Amino acid sequence: MVVWQILALAVVAVVLPVAGPWLGFVLTVAIGKGLAALGVAILLRAGLISLGHALFVAMGAYATAFLLRGTGMNELFLLLLSATAITMATGLVIGAFMSRYRAIFFAMLNLAISMVFFTLLSKLYDLTGGTDGMRVATPTVIGITLDRANFDLILHLSTVALMVAAGLLIERYLKSPLGEALVAIHANEVRLEYLGVSARAVILAAYTVSAALAGLGGAIMAVATGHVVPELSYWTFSGQLVLIAVLGGITGAPGAFIGAFFFELVRTFAADFAPNAWNGIVGAALFIVIFFLPQGLYGLLQRAGKRKARP
Amino acid sequence: MFADYLPLIIDGLADAALIFFVAVGLTLIFSVARVLNVAHGSFYALGAYLSVVIGMWLTGQGFVILSLAGLLISPILIAVALGPLIERTLLRWTYGRPDALQILVTFGLFLVLEDLQKLIFGVQPYSQDTAIQLFGSSRIGGIVYLNYQLLLIAVAILVTVGLRLMLKRTRIGKLIAAVVADQEMAQTIGIDSRRIFILAFSLGVFLAALGGALASPTIGVAPGLGAEAIVLAFAVAAIGGLGQIEGAALASLMVGLARTVAIYWAPEFQPVVPYLVMVAVLLVRPYGLFGSIGLRRI
Repeated sequence: MVVWQILALAVVAVVLPVAGPWLGFVLTVAIGKGLAALGVAILLRAGLISLGHALFVAMGAYATAFLLRGTGMNELFLLLLSATAITMATGLVIGAFMSRYRAIFFAMLNLAISMVFFTLLSKLYDLTGGTDGMRVATPTVIGITLDRANFDLILHLSTVALMVAAGLLIERYLKSPLGEALVAIHANEVRLEYLGVSARAVILAAYTVSAALAGLGGAIMAVATGHVVPELSYWTFSGQLVLIAVLGGITGAPGAFIGAFFFELVRTFAADFAPNAWNGIVGAALFIVIFFLPQGLYGLLQRAGKRKARP
Repeated sequence: MFADYLPLIIDGLADAALIFFVAVGLTLIFSVARVLNVAHGSFYALGAYLSVVIGMWLTGQGFVILSLAGLLISPILIAVALGPLIERTLLRWTYGRPDALQILVTFGLFLVLEDLQKLIFGVQPYSQDTAIQLFGSSRIGGIVYLNYQLLLIAVAILVTVGLRLMLKRTRIGKLIAAVVADQEMAQTIGIDSRRIFILAFSLGVFLAALGGALASPTIGVAPGLGAEAIVLAFAVAAIGGLGQIEGAALASLMVGLARTVAIYWAPEFQPVVPYLVMVAVLLVRPYGLFGSIGLRRI
């Protein structure tokens, strides 16, 4: 079931750009955000809302930029892998500290750490280029130097493949005992502890996975846009990721990507005719989803599927 | 010796005063409604914009002295216009729901208010420092201070004492305390808790807008103001222990002084200071200076 949904999303992502090649870029960025939102969604299943996951997105993006500039590494897949590994390791360290906190304090500490990172990125001008950000050169693919158009195409297809792989892996994780324990933490943490499961370990694992996903998303966004800016770690971007996760729904891995596609497409069209009001439009859309679709767009899909299966 | 540090202390106290207005509003709303209001910074920004616009209009009409009134009128207007409206519609819906939903609803409100502000006031920066010029400056020990800074400190002390007296001594304060302690019990003895919620939320909105209005002569008013104010207020409220008024006051002092010290010695890192203080405090006291473990679910 979930496999087909993710594959359907992949088909949409591959076919839509035929209508207009610029859609390929929009969808590449959308998948990047979707990966990060999926990370946020994993934590949301445990009732933990992170207002600072933009930290890991920015870290993945800047790691890519630094690796390209500072070392000789310019192989696309190696870059994505390294950025993911770096954010995953950081997630493990920060997660060891975050797993002590719950509810609002979890949200605020994440927020605080991401804001520290944001300030460092904007103030260390000599190292990071300050608020101007850093350029990200076009990497090579399996040793081949491509022109920008071909690179964008390869990147888009690779990102779609990554979405499918990540979606399936995370779905497996969420259905595993370690993943199911997340929902149990939300329901009743004390009972879970009585069962002999360490809530801290469960949260640490989830936090590490979510950091890796956000880092991968950030790295994809960095190579897709060719530019990284400190705003990637600003708290409003973290809010956007939570918004995408809830918009799509957190009941399964496809939700985050559905949310990201929907969000990016709405944003692209809304920004066209109302450049100063698209945030408000998105905010209003969020109210509608929260009030009328508590399970998100993916929940709507699931309900429709169930209704059909019943008779 | 003391005189050397006096300017630093006055700057720090004035900074702390401005932070305090936003943080105490946030903490008040949290302690009554149990909602972390992400849109709180937008009220701060709206207060700043409205007071600048009113001030410029009055100055333009030739009533320079009257432009000071704008600093008080605009927070009242915003609290009356937005407080009850938002509490009755969006906020009420979130009571008793999971934190994640509350944060999301208020985040949506933040996005909407931020764009409303752009539509009404445009995206160009404003600056209006008539108030600072009107108050002039004074000399203490050979160093020149802006009287406006001293005024800010006085108003902050007034608000702290006023809030404390209101909550402890007046009828309305006792009603608020009763609703916070046990809403159902309060309702059974005939307290209209809906009115109390509206009142407390509007008071919080007023304080945020007051902070914005009082800050407006000292800063440039531009988009992004609300987003900056709210993260700072979060940090301060968390340091103090959410829902604690004295905690917010003490945390504002710590953050204000720390920020000023940072400006003197390492100006680039001034924006990091509040968060470093917050992380340090929460490491030692996970629920803030004055907070308790009551938040944890059993």
